This record gives sequence, structure tokens and C-alpha cells, in this order.
Amino acid sequence: MALLIAENLKKNFGKTEVLKGISFSLEKGQVLAIIGSSGSGKTTLLRCLNFLELPDEGSITVGDKVLIDCAKAETLDDETIRQNRLHFGLVFQNFNLFPQYSVLGNVTLAPTLLKKGTPEEIEANARRLLDQVGLSDKLENYPHQLSGGQQQRVAIARALALQPEVLCFDEPTSALDPELTGEVLRVIRGLKNRDTTMIVVTHEMEFAREVADVVMYMADGVIEEMGTPEQVFDNPQSEKTRSFLHGAHEKF
Amino acid sequence: MSFWEVTQFLLDGFYISLLIFAVTLVCGAPLGLPIAFCSMSRFKPVKAISKVVVWIVRGVPLMLQIFIIYYAPGLLFKDQIPLFSRLDRYFFINYGINDAGRIIAVLIAFTINYACYFSEIYRGGIESISKGQYEAGYVLGLTKQQIFRKIILKQVIQRIVPPMSNEIITLIKDTALANCIVVCEIIKQANELAATKALIWPLFYTGAFYLLFVGMLTIILGKVEKKLSYFRS
Ligand SMILES: Nc1ncnc2c1ncn2[C@@H]1O[C@H](COP(=O)(O)OP(=O)(O)O)[C@@H](O)[C@H]1O
Ligand SMILES: [Mg+2]
Repeated sequence: MALLIAENLKKNFGKTEVLKGISFSLEKGQVLAIIGSSGSGKTTLLRCLNFLELPDEGSITVGDKVLIDCAKAETLDDETIRQNRLHFGLVFQNFNLFPQYSVLGNVTLAPTLLKKGTPEEIEANARRLLDQVGLSDKLENYPHQLSGGQQQRVAIARALALQPEVLCFDEPTSALDPELTGEVLRVIRGLKNRDTTMIVVTHEMEFAREVADVVMYMADGVIEEMGTPEQVFDNPQSEKTRSFLHGAHEKF
Repeated sequence: MSFWEVTQFLLDGFYISLLIFAVTLVCGAPLGLPIAFCSMSRFKPVKAISKVVVWIVRGVPLMLQIFIIYYAPGLLFKDQIPLFSRLDRYFFINYGINDAGRIIAVLIAFTINYACYFSEIYRGGIESISKGQYEAGYVLGLTKQQIFRKIILKQVIQRIVPPMSNEIITLIKDTALANCIVVCEIIKQANELAATKALIWPLFYTGAFYLLFVGMLTIILGKVEKKLSYFRS
């Protein structure tokens, strides 16, 4: 059975339709890469999954729990939305680390506030995660003392600390200098080897091909094409996909 | 009068200046917070009322506001003797202090006035924090209160310390306005010496008191600013 099922998600901002009916499912341990030109609704989709936006139509199911079903009249209260968010993690394009907390503090803050264990357990887990992303020597540093790549790795450890069922990345390397993207992509690759279920919005086509089990190409709020990396990259069915991939290829 | 006698006499006035300063800060700074939240409220009427109040209080001279607070109760209740004059008399009869009622009027005017200025500083500070900080908290499953208390607040404090420092330094100098309803703050005391003893130099001497105090404030506030500079938001 699929871990995550999104069905017919639609989202409007005023008169603009940003998501026009997105449906997909994801198995546990799978990695979904989402590609598509800017403005196609990729960020909005991730924000809906993380309940930063509420979809206007459609449903989101994780495991056997229906988190939201817009067909039902009920409106979700703040506490339900908060609980729903715990199924997902989100790593932002521009990190959004908490500047007044050290690296370790950024990772332990939420588990501590949510009482996810004893302080000792929480700290030990945070140290383990920071070791996993290669930042054991930066525990006491503050975000402004780190490079962009290091900050993004802290953000990944911070998201992992709550053990989300699905970890989402919104263009995790887009705000980084080219020479710093490698270290972040390496961490994401490492997570795949640990069977973390992930959704990665990315412009790094080579990376998407390598890390993804499923590739989704979005255009104008719809899924234009979806399949294995081989299907989408090597044998695209839609003309739009072909020209997008062609354009992406040209850039390099 | 000797230098020390003059100093003593002026100090009596400066204590009143310091009293106005301290009460305004201790009452006005917290009061600014609910006003700031009202100004940012999503409930339109609350927001509108709050904005109008802030506009009036910041748009009218503080001296005029002192007069209004002092005279308004008498006019409102058609009372021959204004409320604060009654208080003056009460305190004079019972405690032998002759301007307590007027000091209370000044404290009310100052507190309201500064609370409005502070509220705008708070609002600016809160609104300057990026949406991403809130969203990072939300996706970690934190509540609104947790996000405000544990993530936003300290960043806001870091940002408002410099403008608050300016306001606080302005405040000690503004206390001289209490003069307008004959509260015996330091400049009133110096004027008293000019009128009764034909001494002008004490008036200039008052500047030293302000300078000393502002110097102290500058050092303390600078320390606070430095203490909060360990992170960059
Ligand atoms: N909060 C919002 N209000 C209005 N329009 C929005 C909002 N968020 C996104 N949009 C619009 O939705 C479209 C899709 O945006 P986005 O999901 O960020 O695309 P992508 O991440 O693929 O670049 C864009 O045209 C954008 O202007
Ligand atoms: Mg985007």
C-alpha cells in the first residue's frame, strides 16, 4: 500500500489556478523528484503537503490516515493542522535556520518543545544527525558563521530530528553557489540509502535521474508527465516535456 | 547659595524627572505591546481604532497631551475643581507634597504617549521578521505561541534595541515638559532659583544632570546591544 496518496489537489490564489488537479502516490522509501519550469506550482504543491497552504479541492492520505479531504465539509482546526504537519518535513530553498540558536540548538529546539524524549535522548539524536550530515565540528556555531551548504545541511538535520514520514525538499541547492551544491546533494543521496521517503523539487537533472524512483514533470499546475527516470528523461511522451528537458540541457 | 546647596536643590527636581522617566518606561513599554498587536490585528475595527489612536498620540505635541489629561476630567464631569487639583490638595493635606496630583497627570500622559511610540517600534520589529521563520516553525509542528516565544521574540528584541535606545534617551529629555503644568522637575527648580534668587547659572548646570544620565544610559544600552549581537538575523 502506498505511504502517501495525493488525490486531485487543486489550489487557487484568487483567480489564478496554481494547482489544477494533482494526483500521485508514493511508496515507503521511494524518492519522487519534481521538475518543471518556475511558476508551474511545485512549491505550492509542497506547501499543501506541509499544510502551509490548504488545498481547495482534493485529499491527502498518509498511511491509513486521511489528513485532509476537501470533499468533506469540516474545516480543520489549528491543532489538527499542526498534527498533520508532523507527518511531513520541509527543507526550504533559503534554509530558514533560527539565527539565535546554535547548530545543535536548531536541531534540538522542536523535539524539546514537542517533548519527543528526555533532553539527553534529544541531544544524542541531534548529535547523531549532525554527524550524519557531516557537521560534528560545528555544533556550537551560529547559522551566520556557516556557509550556505552547511546551513542547508543543518536544516536537513533539523527536519530529520522529528522523523517525518515524508521529507520534502524545495530546490535545496538553488540558493547555493555551484561549488556548494555537491555537499547537500551528497547528504540527500545518503538519505536515500537509508530508505527515507522523499519528495525533491530540483533543477539538477542529473541528480534527479540518479536519486529518483519516480520523476514528475509539472507544467502550469498539472502533471504533464510522470514515470521512472528512464521513461521521463530518455523517452518523454509529451512534447512539452521534450522541450523543457531540451531547454534544461541547453543551460549546461 | 553655595554650589552644593544649588546641587541639592536641583537634585530634588531631578528625582522627579527620574520618577517620570522610570514610570513611563516601566508602564509604557509593556503597554506598547497590546497596542502593537491591535495595530496588527486581522480584525479590521480593532486595527483601525488602534491606528487612529496611535496617529493622534504621535501627531499631537506631548505638551498639549499633558494639558488635555490635566484639564479633561474637570471639563468632562463639569466639575469646578479639576480632578488632578483635588488630588494635589489631597496629597498636600495628607502628605505635604504639593504637586503629586499634577505628577500623576504627567505620568498618565507620558505613559500613553510613549506606549504609542513603543508600539510602533514593536510593530516594525515584528513585521520585519521574515515569513520563513514562522513557516520553519510551523513545519516542525510548533504552535503559534511557541513560535513567537522561542523563535520570533529574541530576533524582534535584537532589532528593536537600537530604536528603543533612541526613544529612551529622548524620554529623559522630554521629562522637562512636565514644567508646563508646574511640576517641580529639574528645570522648574532651576527657574525657581532664577526667579527668586536671580541665579541664572543653575539653569545651565541642569544640562550636566541630563548629560550624566544619558551617558549612563548610552553605556548600559550599548552593553545590551552588544550582548544580543552574537547572532545575525
Ligand atoms: N501566496 C500566493 N499568492 C498568490 N499567488 C501565488 C502565491 N504563491 C504562489 N503564487 C503563484 O502561483 C504560481 C506557482 O508558484 P510556485 O508554486 O511558487 O511555482 P514554482 O515553485 O513551480 O516556481 C506562480 O504563478 C505564483 O505567482
Ligand atoms: Mg518554487
